[in-house]
Amino acid sequence: MMTMMKNTRTMRALQAAAGMIVLAFGWQILSMIFPHYLFPPVPEIISRTVEVLITGSLLVDVLLTAGRIFGGLLGAFALGGILAMVIGQSRTAENFVAPILTFFQGIPALSWVVFAIIWFHGIEFRVLFIMIMTTLPAFTFQILDAFRSMSKDLFEMTMSFRPSRWTLFRFLIVPTIVPGILTAWKVNLGNAARVVVVAELVGATGGVGYQLLRQQQLFDMAGAMAWTLQLVLFVLIVQQVITAIENWALRYRAVSERAM
Amino acid sequence: MSDPVIRFTNVTKVFSRPDGRGDFTAVDRLSFEIAKGEIVAVLGKTGCGKSTMFNIVAGLIEPSAGEARVIGHDPFREFDFFRGKIGIVFQNDRLMPWRTALDNVLLGLQILDSDPKQAEDTARAWLTRLGLSGHETDYPHVLSGGMRQRVSIARAFAVDPEILLCDEPFSSLDEMTARDLRTEFVRLVRQTDKTAVFITHQIREAMDIGDRVLAFHRPARIAYEARLNATASDSDRQRVHDDIMRVLSAEPAGTGQGV
Repeated sequence: MMTMMKNTRTMRALQAAAGMIVLAFGWQILSMIFPHYLFPPVPEIISRTVEVLITGSLLVDVLLTAGRIFGGLLGAFALGGILAMVIGQSRTAENFVAPILTFFQGIPALSWVVFAIIWFHGIEFRVLFIMIMTTLPAFTFQILDAFRSMSKDLFEMTMSFRPSRWTLFRFLIVPTIVPGILTAWKVNLGNAARVVVVAELVGATGGVGYQLLRQQQLFDMAGAMAWTLQLVLFVLIVQQVITAIENWALRYRAVSERAM
Repeated sequence: MSDPVIRFTNVTKVFSRPDGRGDFTAVDRLSFEIAKGEIVAVLGKTGCGKSTMFNIVAGLIEPSAGEARVIGHDPFREFDFFRGKIGIVFQNDRLMPWRTALDNVLLGLQILDSDPKQAEDTARAWLTRLGLSGHETDYPHVLSGGMRQRVSIARAFAVDPEILLCDEPFSSLDEMTARDLRTEFVRLVRQTDKTAVFITHQIREAMDIGDRVLAFHRPARIAYEARLNATASDSDRQRVHDDIMRVLSAEPAGTGQGV
């Protein structure tokens, strides 16, 4: 059984690697056809990417962006979690809050960037504000959906023991909403990575977005690719961490041996 | 004679239809008493209001009229009074899929803030008593239907409640497993001196389990009542069976007599 699982995992990793190799190969061909300032060769992109990772002063920009993403997501998650719990328990609160969140969802990320620049002075606060405003509705609705999917049967069974609100939250609500929370983090991580670059591009003096702006001014495509890959790598690593947490937290789930 | 553990006095429950097409009465002026240590089987056709009566006793819904008293208290309004006093075995096992068998049995004890070491010993002892030793760390999805229902019985008994409420707990199991669990259940109730209300729609099951059988008509009110004597002859038991069958098949309600 274990051997079979290992084989499946290896096969999946090989297929993913093959896809990336095909992509790199295609890019390399383009670099042979077009000038290097448009399509730099793959080895040059790799060497610039590694250079960012091993140069302390450059790595700081990557870490700064990572910190901003986490800060924004944590803020939106905390606020969204509270809002979802309030909405989930009160129809009046839902009638009041849900339309506002839906309205916010319709506002483009770039508009929030403009609003933040007009309203606030501090760069970090601006970025945090933009991150929270763009990811808050999705976090709230996803946690709310998870809360609402709570089994009525399990709720009544737990209530039959007369738990306190805190005990009910700990023993029933948290385990029920964990899968939804993990999905929300996965989805919002990608969104946050895109939004943070836009925010940094316009209003920051450091971070991946700021570095991308510099590469554009220098017309340095290899540099732009190297900085983009930093963000892609960051998202991939965090996605893997979330997946590992998910596999551990949801280990109780039955898995069918037959694939769809 | 001591006060009844459960007493319904003209209890009525009316629900509003969710689509706004008026109301429907699930329980209609229902009155009965259950004494301490009694096992009462409640019998009736599907949709006759048995489960509504069950939920009123459990304190999960409030009567529209009349009075329901459990251990002298209102189960809905004095909800917290019943902490640890009522154990419920539901129709389906209602195990938390993220908890192992042991952790599922521990749930009630944890909610009641029992000492963790003592709680674990109690939970393990109940799993062993129900033949689940060695399955403590199994998640519900790897257990069979009968094993899962055993875990849910262990969960109900583990908190040592005064009253056990069972809502057709063996109806989804095969006949052999259901019969074994029924025997085991009655033995445990007698051993631990509990008062039990056992809801079923099977006449034989009601007669096997109950000291007394209450047959409900729709909406829930008593159509037939029989006290069952363990020494009753097969022909007497058959007569009660036939009476219940006749009463449940016909309206209006009749009145039976015990053996």
